[in-house]
Amino acid sequence: MSTTDFSRKGSLQIINVEKILRMGSFYVAQARIRNIWQWKWSVLGEAVANPMFYLLSIGIGIGKIVNSHQSVGVDGVKYLTFLAPALLAATCIQGAVGEATHPVLEGFKWAKGFFAMNATPITGEQIANGVLLGAMARVTFGCVIYYTALYSFGAVHGLHTLWLIPMTLFAANSFAVLMMGICAAIKNDDLFLNMVQRFLIMPLFLFSGTFYSLSSMPKFLQIIGWASPLWHATEVGRWISYGHHISHGALLFHFSYMTIMTIVGFKVSHHFFVKRLAK
Amino acid sequence: MSTIDPATGGKEPLIIARGLRKEYGDFTAVDGIDFQVNRGDSFGFLGPNGAGKSTTMRIIAATLTRSGGDISILGKDPEVRGPEIRAHLGVVPQQDNLDNSLTVEDNLYVYGRYFGLSRTFIRNKIEELLAFAQLEEKRGVKVEALSGGMKRRLTIARALVSEPEILMLDEPTTGLDPQARHILWDRLFRLKEQGVTLLITTHYMDEAEQLCDRLMVMDKGRIMAEDSPANLIKTYSTKEVLEVRFGSDRNAQFADQLRSMSDRIEVLPDRVLMYSDDCESLLHEIVSKGMQPTTSLVRRSSLEDVFLRLTGRSLVE
Repeated sequence: MSTTDFSRKGSLQIINVEKILRMGSFYVAQARIRNIWQWKWSVLGEAVANPMFYLLSIGIGIGKIVNSHQSVGVDGVKYLTFLAPALLAATCIQGAVGEATHPVLEGFKWAKGFFAMNATPITGEQIANGVLLGAMARVTFGCVIYYTALYSFGAVHGLHTLWLIPMTLFAANSFAVLMMGICAAIKNDDLFLNMVQRFLIMPLFLFSGTFYSLSSMPKFLQIIGWASPLWHATEVGRWISYGHHISHGALLFHFSYMTIMTIVGFKVSHHFFVKRLAK
Repeated sequence: MSTIDPATGGKEPLIIARGLRKEYGDFTAVDGIDFQVNRGDSFGFLGPNGAGKSTTMRIIAATLTRSGGDISILGKDPEVRGPEIRAHLGVVPQQDNLDNSLTVEDNLYVYGRYFGLSRTFIRNKIEELLAFAQLEEKRGVKVEALSGGMKRRLTIARALVSEPEILMLDEPTTGLDPQARHILWDRLFRLKEQGVTLLITTHYMDEAEQLCDRLMVMDKGRIMAEDSPANLIKTYSTKEVLEVRFGSDRNAQFADQLRSMSDRIEVLPDRVLMYSDDCESLLHEIVSKGMQPTTSLVRRSSLEDVFLRLTGRSLVE
């Protein structure tokens, strides 16, 4: 049996509370990234395989059929070019929502790790921020790989298209933070994740002008697109990528929508994280 | 509140609660309790499930707001300065909430970072803590592969990574086998010897006697008594207890006769407890009066007897 004694100065001597109040969100993000790192090969595999499969099957396969029937392609460009910003946005938004919601249910309900964090100086707000930062770190990695694949396949051209990366991340963040807040308020987790995937993520993917222009759909389905951050990200992405026509007012509207979603998302997340930790 | 009060024996008061209350709707979990914990104390909350122990602990841990009264921890109000208080607490919750997907070593590292500690400091501390928790050989093993006792020791080690001023343990050995409990008690006793302030909730009287210098007996959110384990027994019980069994149906039948022979008796479903400073003589008297118990046992009084006296109920029901 060990007879180890502690070299003990005491927390009053060794802990700098001001530093934790400043840096706490990053400590949580570090922990999240360390956790994600456990699955590094799966993360890498998904980041590489996802764009490959989509670009080969839909972009090139379906694109060949579309281009053969329309001499000017879609929106005046090749189908692959039209599709690329939407695929990038869809993948990043889906990834961010998954990475920002699953750990929330795990932290509050399954493993209760958030309660362990909150037993330290880390606050509920910092936990929410840290989880989101961790999610966005993973999504940034995936986004860069996806963009590289798009570039390699000739789906985007020119260095100006690098702006797709921050814009897409901004859109992904805006939706993820709101979903994270809603997730923190949810009690029936099994049902919630299934509902999100089947009735939110999938319809958004299909009805946000991803595969064809939103204006070609019936009006009542266009409403889904207007509410969807994916449609806003896709519109701005196409403008960045190949100069898709958007008025200045529309551009302002797209960014305002995503900004408001981000602000509301943070408010909701902070509120429910603090409330649930205090129960 | 951080000044040294001579009434506390020169010890600095770390926690002062006055009229502390917590209500959930109509239910009162903590009902206006007063207590004080001084530096170096090993202070225990003893009571059955639902007594208000864990609620009190969560208020002290600055993770639950109070409904009324005042509480000061390290001279600060937990509702105003929660993070500052939590920076100096080590918390061992009732249920382990380790990160199962990380290794033993990484759990300690990540937790140390939440306190803003440097990588070098934590790396050195991990060596001490692994030795303390007897987990050196498990450092690279994922937590999900550990036994219950190992997880508990790791949770305690994790709570010590920041060298807390107060270590709070909520039911530290519940669910562990006897061997794992004794190893844990040994670890906690070492901390006590080093002057770490311990705050323990338990419904195990042997645990309370082993680890606590002072005990607060709680029931239904109220304090029933507060003193050292020895003084509680001296005040609320006799030196010895005689346990006699006449068979389930006959215990109550003999109760009236037995009551006349002792100042205090407790008739339980399976046995009768008789309180006296000389239980051997009492047993002789019972036998001489023609009552033949099927079994008899003379033992010293315990905190269980104190609890029975104070509440009329057993600790573990």
